[in-house]
Amino acid sequence: MSNASTTKRKSFVNPLQWLGRATLGMLSEVGKLSVFTSQVCLASFTPRWYLSQIFRQMIAIGFYSLPVVGLSAIFIGAALALNIYTGGSRYGAEQFVPNIVVLGITRELGVTITGLMLAGRVSAGIAAEIGAMRVTEQIDALKTLSANPYRYLYGPRFLAGIITLPLLVIIADVIGVMGGWAVSVFGLGFDSTTYLRNTLDFVTRNDVIVGLIKAVFFGGIIALMGCYHGDKSSAGATGVGRAATFAMVGAAVLILAFNYILSSLFVEFGL
Amino acid sequence: MTQPILDLRGVHKSFGPKDVLKGVDIDVAPGKSLVILGGSGSGKSVMLKNALGLMTPNKGQVIFDGQDVTHDQGKTREAMRARIGMLFQSGALFDSLTVWENVAFRLLNADRMSRKDAKEQAIATLKQVRLGSDVADLTPAEISGGMQKRVGLARAIVSKPDLIFFDEPTTGLDPITADAINDLIVEQTKALGAAAVSITHDMASARKIADEIAFLFEGKILWRGPASTVDNSGNEFVDQFVHGRAHGPIQPAI
Repeated sequence: MSNASTTKRKSFVNPLQWLGRATLGMLSEVGKLSVFTSQVCLASFTPRWYLSQIFRQMIAIGFYSLPVVGLSAIFIGAALALNIYTGGSRYGAEQFVPNIVVLGITRELGVTITGLMLAGRVSAGIAAEIGAMRVTEQIDALKTLSANPYRYLYGPRFLAGIITLPLLVIIADVIGVMGGWAVSVFGLGFDSTTYLRNTLDFVTRNDVIVGLIKAVFFGGIIALMGCYHGDKSSAGATGVGRAATFAMVGAAVLILAFNYILSSLFVEFGL
Repeated sequence: MTQPILDLRGVHKSFGPKDVLKGVDIDVAPGKSLVILGGSGSGKSVMLKNALGLMTPNKGQVIFDGQDVTHDQGKTREAMRARIGMLFQSGALFDSLTVWENVAFRLLNADRMSRKDAKEQAIATLKQVRLGSDVADLTPAEISGGMQKRVGLARAIVSKPDLIFFDEPTTGLDPITADAINDLIVEQTKALGAAAVSITHDMASARKIADEIAFLFEGKILWRGPASTVDNSGNEFVDQFVHGRAHGPIQPAI
């Protein structure tokens, strides 16, 4: 066989090799993440629980996220009201601003924006903390001291994530709606009492529940991605930095993907 | 013959195509101090992690006090670890906890001791390593490297183990502090009657703390003998290492 035909075959085979390798790599990553998730769930929902660790993580994930969640929600609510007013005014439908703001905030934006903000603040933070513990042998030290890292480190973060995110979303919902109310009343000339009455009349229990169910999933995703990428962080500052980046990007993408999947399911089940 | 507290038999460990341990055979008797010498990349840390159960060998056995623990996990492994102390090279202190909480970590979490009793025992153990109660409520970031080693040593001995591992105990310390740490290691292991396995490339440390010395090279134990004979081992690899010569059968790791 001539050299020219060998070279041609190589250039044809290499993209296939690359594709095969990438597919195998992705499947391997999904497999590892699935095993990690099942171990974290097992550690989270069976005794022994480290209550002080869970409480500490609830403070770190929940309480310290209040400012960023509150600020994000108020601006999103305000911008949403302005945009709905602008769009609605083309059809003479400005009066629907309170209805669409509350619907958008409770079912979609409150939980998604909170999730995305926490993907940045919490997921990356967890990955950096656990990655630093990994490279400084603190996780090995835990094991030698008869403490299971899944129970002591990852489980408490996972539980704190799924408990605190719904609470943060309730706060984001209220603040987001108030952002829309403030812009509508002080900027667009709406009557305050009418705006609030329309909001409360329109919103249903299901709208809020939909957001809270999503929040449970998003809280789990945020904690899991932080723990997973931190746990497999390689040595050095670069490895820890990469773990934080992967955790944040992974959590954000999974939040958006799960948001669509869960929304589809809720529509399917009439929620 | 006394049954070894730890016995590694034909331990192999590979990472992908790289064979790091190629059949390590080594044992340590109760109450004895074994130092394993070896250059960078010789497999010392991997051997120690296999002995501790932080890694599982590809082949071979890890026998602890007569029991094969090579593949044990869960409660059996925890029971073994309850009898083992470990001083990590970096100290590996938990930076979110105070000094006394680090020392008492096992007492609080595995032994479920009350915080009051655990703190008292932690402070008593800190005194054994020449640290006052004034450091108990500080965090690891607030104390020096030498003090961190002492806290690590206190954490390793607080539950009175039968076997203590020391991973490069003097790395990063000035000669005086390193000597003080060596003295503490000898004093505390003798006081507990515990066996000690130390890995190091610090000859001063090895001479001070070892009853026996073994030399690990390219994943195998090349030589083993009483500490007093290390200068006349008759092994050219050991001679080169002990005298710190760049020329000889061992190629510098640069």
